[in-house]
Amino acid sequence: MEVVSSGLPEFEYIHAESIEQASTFLLDESKDSRLFMGGTDLFVQMRAGARSPSLLVDVKHLPGMNDIQLKPDGSLHVGAAVNLNALARHEDVAEHYALLAEAAQSVGSYQLRSRATMGGNLCNASPAADTAPAALVLGARLIAQSGKDERSIPVEAFFLGPGETALQRGEILTRIEFPSPPKRSVGRYLKLGRNAAGDLAIVGVAVLGFPDDEAPSGYRFRLALSSVAPTPLLVPEVENILSGETMNDERIQAAARTAQQAAKPIDDVRATADYRSAMVEVYARRALKAVWAALRRDN
Amino acid sequence: MTTHKIALTVNGIQEQVEVPSNMTLLTMLRERLGLTGAKNGCAAGECGACTVMMNGEPVNSCLVLAVEAEGAEIVTVEGLSNENGLDGLQEAMIEVTGTQCGFCPPGGLISARALLDRNPSPSEDEIKDALRGNLCRCTGYVRILESVKQAAKGG
Ligand SMILES: Cc1cc2nc3c(=O)[nH]c(=O)nc-3n(C[C@H](O)[C@H](O)[C@H](O)COP(=O)(O)OP(=O)(O)OC[C@H]3O[C@@H](n4cnc5c(N)ncnc54)[C@H](O)[C@@H]3O)c2cc1C
Repeated sequence: MEVVSSGLPEFEYIHAESIEQASTFLLDESKDSRLFMGGTDLFVQMRAGARSPSLLVDVKHLPGMNDIQLKPDGSLHVGAAVNLNALARHEDVAEHYALLAEAAQSVGSYQLRSRATMGGNLCNASPAADTAPAALVLGARLIAQSGKDERSIPVEAFFLGPGETALQRGEILTRIEFPSPPKRSVGRYLKLGRNAAGDLAIVGVAVLGFPDDEAPSGYRFRLALSSVAPTPLLVPEVENILSGETMNDERIQAAARTAQQAAKPIDDVRATADYRSAMVEVYARRALKAVWAALRRDN
Repeated sequence: MTTHKIALTVNGIQEQVEVPSNMTLLTMLRERLGLTGAKNGCAAGECGACTVMMNGEPVNSCLVLAVEAEGAEIVTVEGLSNENGLDGLQEAMIEVTGTQCGFCPPGGLISARALLDRNPSPSEDEIKDALRGNLCRCTGYVRILESVKQAAKGG
């Protein structure tokens, strides 16, 4: 294969005229076509020889792909091509979805985030995807379009395995929708990396907590993990543990242990499975405590 | 492989270039336009030596296709100085010895310029955060931070 000095294998490039046209290209069996957004995962994989698509389809410029909209009902629509810096600094996101801003901001470096998108982060389906735990605790839905057909996939059903999603061939993620977050909710994303220079997570924990008069404890919490299972992982048991009885440090400890048990970490270049497992408990506890403290302060 | 004719502005100059689909913005700048300031370091978005400004925002030009720069405004380190002399950041970097071997500053200067453009008086943490993606193996970073602080003071 001929390689130009930029080190990327040969491919054709299409600036698609519409999503319908783009999905026609993706459905064409004679080509190995791939959609891309910022290319920060894809081009690295192509240089490493892990992928060699014959056609790259660009849809970033199409209507709606770069929009961030806070709807009158409080829900948030994020176009699949919105870059992570734009997401993190958007006023409505910073004010009403601070957890999402925090997760977006935790990815890589500033110049990486001016290209990297949330759509690409989710569709790449790395277990380490930093925006995935926030999407899980916020109950995001992914809007996928193929031809003229559109469907909405709950994020819990989106990740099937490392690099594998519920998207079918020809389907394009066009936007991510977040329901209005529960009233007076507080969120945190804690990420442990090998260094402070923007590494992939060894463990990531997102927690969303909010007051709920109907819960015996007065609160509800949702917790999701990255980098410690084949997919980003929601741990629903945490909600039951922390809504059932009076909140205290022991309950938080029990919830953190439950998160640890739900995790299925592996050894890799970043950390051993044992270390990851130990850190899930520590980071889950810290994130839960931080959110609980903020809830008591604010409410 | 198909080629694409693109028109863009590089350091204030209109350019028209014909590029193959798989050429990166970095390769185009270096090999077609002779702008060898931005460097090819890791080719994986880690080191930041290839950082250039694209429509006002720093990007890793090793991870951008040249064809995506159609209509864009690009600024490389060569574009920071003008007939009045060097950018304040460059002056500060010389004064404080914020550079040694010279490989990383073309990228670091672009990240720092973009930071000062969006935030003229950044805190130390904000400087560190903005320069996180620009690795330097010589200086130990302290003097790079000093350079940016000094340039920010100088306005
Ligand atoms: C140096 C470096 C540091 C990094 N650090 C982090 C980090 O700290 N945390 C983290 O989570 N990630 C990190 N990443 C990974 C990457 O930057 C992120 O996952 C990023 O958000 C990917 O977005 P993108 O737009 O660049 O995706 P792309 O590379 O363009 O696409 C990724 C994949 O998703 C598919 N895809 C993209 N968009 C769509 C769509 N709309 N519909 C269907 N399929 C689609 C593509 O075909 C491709 O397979 C890092 C990468 C690098 C190079």
